[in-house]
Amino acid sequence: MRSSKPILLVEDDNVDATTVRRALKDLNVPNGIIHQLDGEDALEYLRSSDNKKPCVILLDLNMPRMNGIDFLKIIKNDDELKQIPVIVMTASKDERDKMDSFEFSVAGYIIKSSDYKKFMESLKILNLYWTLSELPYPVA
Amino acid sequence: MRDCRPILLLEDDTVDAMTVKRALKELHVLNPLVRVANGEEALVYLKDESKEKPCVILLDLNMPKMNGIEFLKIAKADEKLKRIPAIVLTTSKDDQDRFKSFQLSIAGFVVKPVDYIKFVEAMRIVNMYWTLSELPNSGQESTNEKLQAHITGGR
Repeated sequence: MRSSKPILLVEDDNVDATTVRRALKDLNVPNGIIHQLDGEDALEYLRSSDNKKPCVILLDLNMPRMNGIDFLKIIKNDDELKQIPVIVMTASKDERDKMDSFEFSVAGYIIKSSDYKKFMESLKILNLYWTLSELPYPVA
Repeated sequence: MRDCRPILLLEDDTVDAMTVKRALKELHVLNPLVRVANGEEALVYLKDESKEKPCVILLDLNMPKMNGIEFLKIAKADEKLKRIPAIVLTTSKDDQDRFKSFQLSIAGFVVKPVDYIKFVEAMRIVNMYWTLSELPNSGQESTNEKLQAHITGGR
């Protein structure tokens, strides 16, 4: 990523979260990963001033308590948080999910491949893009 | 890009617009490039029902009449346009410009390298990412509607 700030991963499945960690490590992405289990936990993290704001948010959609779309609704209406790029990473190919996500101007919608090599290739492209692209805050 | 809808480019500088066209051609990006010179012209294009909606918008920030930030404010408040991913492509390294663009939920902010080879490389990454990422299907819907209208004898 272009900044050294952490990546916030919002994912209820621990196995999937481990796969993301592993792939980012295999790609030598140096950013720390903060894992939250659902939208509510992620909001709590983002709203605590003690916590570092992430450079990007990788967001699953189907989660208990507060799902990805409900989470997007809240942060994209919050002046303190709306500028953080959110990339949906999901197994859902549902057209409705896609439209709802782009309704809240997500900065990408990636369908997770169950094949590890293909998944790593997606994360590689994601990392290349967000290293090329500037991020809302200047590099510290 | 992931689908074959046009790419809308907002760029007031003709030479810069040609560079984008050339780079996309070199990368074998097949999407047609629709170029407009400022935000106002972009809105006219986007609101014209006879024109196919773009898969993504690439926009410069410093433009006469209506600049990139003013355009984003309008497009992102418009129910029909807000879903289209907008990627800023600019030479501006201004912190304020960048922050304001991200507040309007842009999907990327690429500072244009002056060197052509580096510029092509940047466009290659943009194209790879938006081929990997899904896109909202508003344009496809209108294509389907058009097709439907054709099948049923037109409206």
